Amino acid sequence: MPGAEILLEPGNITRLLGGLWVTLQIGLISIALSIPLGIIVGMLMTLKNIVVKIIMRIYLDFIRIMPQLVLLYIVFFGLATGTGLNFDGITSSVIVFTLWGAAELGDLVRGSLESIPKSQYESAQVLGFSRFQTFAHVVLPQAVRRLVPPSVNLATRMVKTTSLCMLIGVVEVIRVGQQIIDFYRFQYPTGALWIYGAIFILYFLICFPLSLASRGLEKRFAK
Amino acid sequence: MTDTQLDTSTKDTASPKESGVVLETRGLVKRFGTNTVLDGIDLTVHRGEAVVVVGPSGCGKSTLLRCIVGLEQLDGGQVLLDGEVVSGEGASVRSKETRQRVGMVFQSYDLFPNKTVLGNVMLAPLKVQKRDKTKVMAQAEQLLRRIGLWDKRDVYPSTLSGGQKQRIAIVRALMMNPDVMLFDEITAALDPEMVHEVLQVVVELADGGLTMVVVTHEMRFAEALADRIILLDAGHVVEESSNPSQFFSNPQTQRAKDFLRSFEFERSRENE
Repeated sequence: MPGAEILLEPGNITRLLGGLWVTLQIGLISIALSIPLGIIVGMLMTLKNIVVKIIMRIYLDFIRIMPQLVLLYIVFFGLATGTGLNFDGITSSVIVFTLWGAAELGDLVRGSLESIPKSQYESAQVLGFSRFQTFAHVVLPQAVRRLVPPSVNLATRMVKTTSLCMLIGVVEVIRVGQQIIDFYRFQYPTGALWIYGAIFILYFLICFPLSLASRGLEKRFAK
Repeated sequence: MTDTQLDTSTKDTASPKESGVVLETRGLVKRFGTNTVLDGIDLTVHRGEAVVVVGPSGCGKSTLLRCIVGLEQLDGGQVLLDGEVVSGEGASVRSKETRQRVGMVFQSYDLFPNKTVLGNVMLAPLKVQKRDKTKVMAQAEQLLRRIGLWDKRDVYPSTLSGGQKQRIAIVRALMMNPDVMLFDEITAALDPEMVHEVLQVVVELADGGLTMVVVTHEMRFAEALADRIILLDAGHVVEESSNPSQFFSNPQTQRAKDFLRSFEFERSRENE
């Protein structure tokens, strides 16, 4: 088919895979940092302390209301001009995606912790469990069961949204694709379809297993 | 003890009067806002005694048990275990330790859904009491066999009937070898045909000498089980009797007569 040869040009697939590796790096590092931070944020959100509650609410709403692109601009450009803190594109992306992931995951953790019936806490208490033991042996395992499916969905959203990072100069998979399309635009005028098609398949290969895992876990935990 | 009875292992079967007071509340007061739910409750439970607390809904029965086990902060009075103040003014024992000495079974079973039957009954002895796993397993097997649920040891609570869940909840509490067991309307959430199997377990425990305080609306069960019966109303002990049959046939107070009249229809139907 016309234009498909663009994928066979030497180095193009390797370059796309290199871009995908950058995408994965940003996504995976952000997810890895978001998990412990999100658990802490979620636990803080369940505290009765009003000051902590307000701070967590502001943090969550700020992150939710603000488009991720604006957050990327603030960290990449704003911090550099405003405070002199110069982060490269990948670091800025990891900061933004971690802040986002921790906030969203924190809210999921809060929801799942609060969904555990009070009677579960009480039945653990009457068996002599300390607060920590109640949390570790009774509440957390149940909360995790409820938490895993939406968390996996969040992880796929985070991976997909890394495409915005190209707007602060990060050469991730879509940016690499654009460079290839530009380079071959006279040789393969219809090459864009094939490059973006290849990128679609690459995203699919990353996100579909996550989606499958999410569905599988949902079924397993529904028992 | 027959084969069908439950051996609680740590209990003696001495008569109440001989063996002394295990649990005591002195002037117990509990308020929720401006509503005084318990207004100076004095209760004494002797070793091996089955005390049944009855009363209309909202009279404070469940709150009394929750105060004893430490799930509610007291607004006045004390709870004593073996003469030691464990809750209220002058308490010298941490609530966590109290709870290991007082077992409680709730109306809604509240088994841990993420644990198997065996996981449910063994978790607290292993994690809280740090007991030897082999011995805990042996005790779990003995108790689960006695209630006929050993073959269910590896299943999750969601696959069990209400009656089975409640019997396992009882075993879970017994695994801690408590000095006193509290049963809070344990058949209220069960289908009628499952009530008997659960009550039978409690009666066997009482026959085995387990000290217990039971809150129930099952009057025939109360009559069959009780060494002593207490009628609670509006946060007060209205009538107390060491002769349950007399309490049911010839109550001494007007309030007890009114309360029991509400069950007359049920009893007359049973007699037909």
